[in-house]
Amino acid sequence: MISYNFAYLDEQTKRSIRRALLKAVAVPGWQIPFGSREMPLPYGWGTGGIQVTASVIGETDRLKVIDQGADDTTNAVAIASFFKRMTGVEITTHTADATIIQTRHRIPEHPLTENQIIVYQVPQPEPLWRLIPERPVAMRAHALGDYGTMYVKLYEDITRFGRVASAYEHPVMVGGCVLMSPSPIPAFDNPKMDRMPALQLFGAGRERRLYAVPPYTSVRSLDFADHPFHPGRADGTCSLCGSTTSYLDEIIMDDHGTRRFVCSDTDYCSERQDAKDTTP
Amino acid sequence: MAFVATKGGEGAIAAAHAWRADRRHGNGQGCTLKQATTSFGRAIDRVMAEGALYDPDLAARALLQAEGDLVEAAFLLRSFRATRPRLIDSLPIETGNMRVQRRVSAIFKDLPGGQRLGPTTDYSHRLFETEDGHSPSEEPELTNASGEAPSRIPGAIGILGEEALLESVPAPHDADLPPDLSTTPLRFPAERRVRLQALARGDEGFLLSLAYSTQRGYGNTHPFVGELRMGEVPVTIAPPELGFEIDIGSIVVTECQMVNQFNGSKVAPPQFTRGYGLSIGHSDRRAMSMALVERSLRAEELGESTGSPAQDPEFVLSHCDSIQATGFVEHLKLPHYVDFQSELEIVRAIRAEAGMARQENQEAGDDLV
Repeated sequence: MISYNFAYLDEQTKRSIRRALLKAVAVPGWQIPFGSREMPLPYGWGTGGIQVTASVIGETDRLKVIDQGADDTTNAVAIASFFKRMTGVEITTHTADATIIQTRHRIPEHPLTENQIIVYQVPQPEPLWRLIPERPVAMRAHALGDYGTMYVKLYEDITRFGRVASAYEHPVMVGGCVLMSPSPIPAFDNPKMDRMPALQLFGAGRERRLYAVPPYTSVRSLDFADHPFHPGRADGTCSLCGSTTSYLDEIIMDDHGTRRFVCSDTDYCSERQDAKDTTP
Repeated sequence: MAFVATKGGEGAIAAAHAWRADRRHGNGQGCTLKQATTSFGRAIDRVMAEGALYDPDLAARALLQAEGDLVEAAFLLRSFRATRPRLIDSLPIETGNMRVQRRVSAIFKDLPGGQRLGPTTDYSHRLFETEDGHSPSEEPELTNASGEAPSRIPGAIGILGEEALLESVPAPHDADLPPDLSTTPLRFPAERRVRLQALARGDEGFLLSLAYSTQRGYGNTHPFVGELRMGEVPVTIAPPELGFEIDIGSIVVTECQMVNQFNGSKVAPPQFTRGYGLSIGHSDRRAMSMALVERSLRAEELGESTGSPAQDPEFVLSHCDSIQATGFVEHLKLPHYVDFQSELEIVRAIRAEAGMARQENQEAGDDLV
């Protein structure tokens, strides 16, 4: 019978990943190469995030895994069950109870604290990839702090559409000097990254890069003085909990295109529903 | 047997075939046709797709004969296909009538008809199963894993069309049947239905890598999986002498409708565009790769910047056929004595001339000192 170490990876590998993470924390937003391993889930499913979580998780941790804000989406369930199997740690859906939150495409609505780590799954760590596909050239731009191409791209959006056209993965400036991809979270979530009390770790398994934002670090969404950053959300109300401020998913109800909105953050939504039920 | 005996090498060829046959049958321990058919469904699907012939039994035979070499097996199917008379063209299959086994949309959390995973590895952990075929996990045992009977489900992305957020399906150029690539050479510029045909039988690895390159910045298409569905569709013919339609059977296909962000151009408002992928059998990888590459090939038509490999129709379509590619790459091991001999002569002659010239220069240089 084949057996596995706690959290799947061997201790040596976990140590090497933690060393890379320390480096990442020391240079906020900077992409650190690391010896990413093949994981038992495919690349693109969150192998970077899984490796980061596996490297920092301990027996007393409580893990929450979300995809698109929800604990019950197929990918989140598969990753959570992987860690349950490989570590035996407690899996929770409550944001406030979790010590580690692994996420794909969202930041929970509930503000995070100093006692928490949020691990982002990152498909493309290089924020300039759409403009400069050649990675060595992009790296030189980072080294020189030369982000002119990105500003020109935003400027072109404004001249063509009257607004910045990137709805998700809107680039951020970390610590005032390093351009970073926030991962494909909606622009709505970007402001939550700024001076967040929790440690933010980012893992890109396929591209073999890690990066980090230490607690209370400045994270500014790229914009212009006369065109300030605009975090967007669907103009609607959650049909389950009535929230008018949370990020919403659009659900199509029938073949006639009838639609309604629900919170993307399922924990936030169900807590609000519970609170409503108990208030007289 | 020595390789030099290229002329009169019959003995060598016979010995090579005998050795292969021996290896293939594995002292009677080899896999039977029935075992291959039931155990290697995905391999059979790929062989049928690249062999451009829907016949699971024949594909299984090809797979065995080719010792599991997928390209070789597709080649066997392709060359068999060439010998069959063409009796009639079927009517276009209608994927809306699919008996759906699997149907997912990545752009809506829920939608009419629901999300249906079907037989997929998407959320399995890649850990070795125990020898009796069971996963070592605590996964619940399902008695009726295939669930309720497959049903017909409406398309997922039509909703976007109603708001005109999605481009309408471009009408075919004319009512004629599309040119058949198995009997008509590929010519450029190739219209969309010809491109789709070439991609549908293209090498899965090639399509996959090209599709991947677009995701890393080399011809990005901003894709979302609007819908991916797999199941059986009826195949219908309408013989002209009868004047009515007859179902002659059904085939399993995988269809991918990619929805791609489009920033708009001078003539078109911003909207979502389509990339289309269709594969014989069950292959998400193949259908999705095809949809990404297909959309990339429309860059010029949509007025997007071009220049990446996946955006170049001539480059992609001329090199996507695994059977053409493997033939020409591997032909380099055939004897090329004659050509090489002439190259030898030329290289020797040039070196000799250069040597003489150098000597003369040196002598001239000596004089200067």
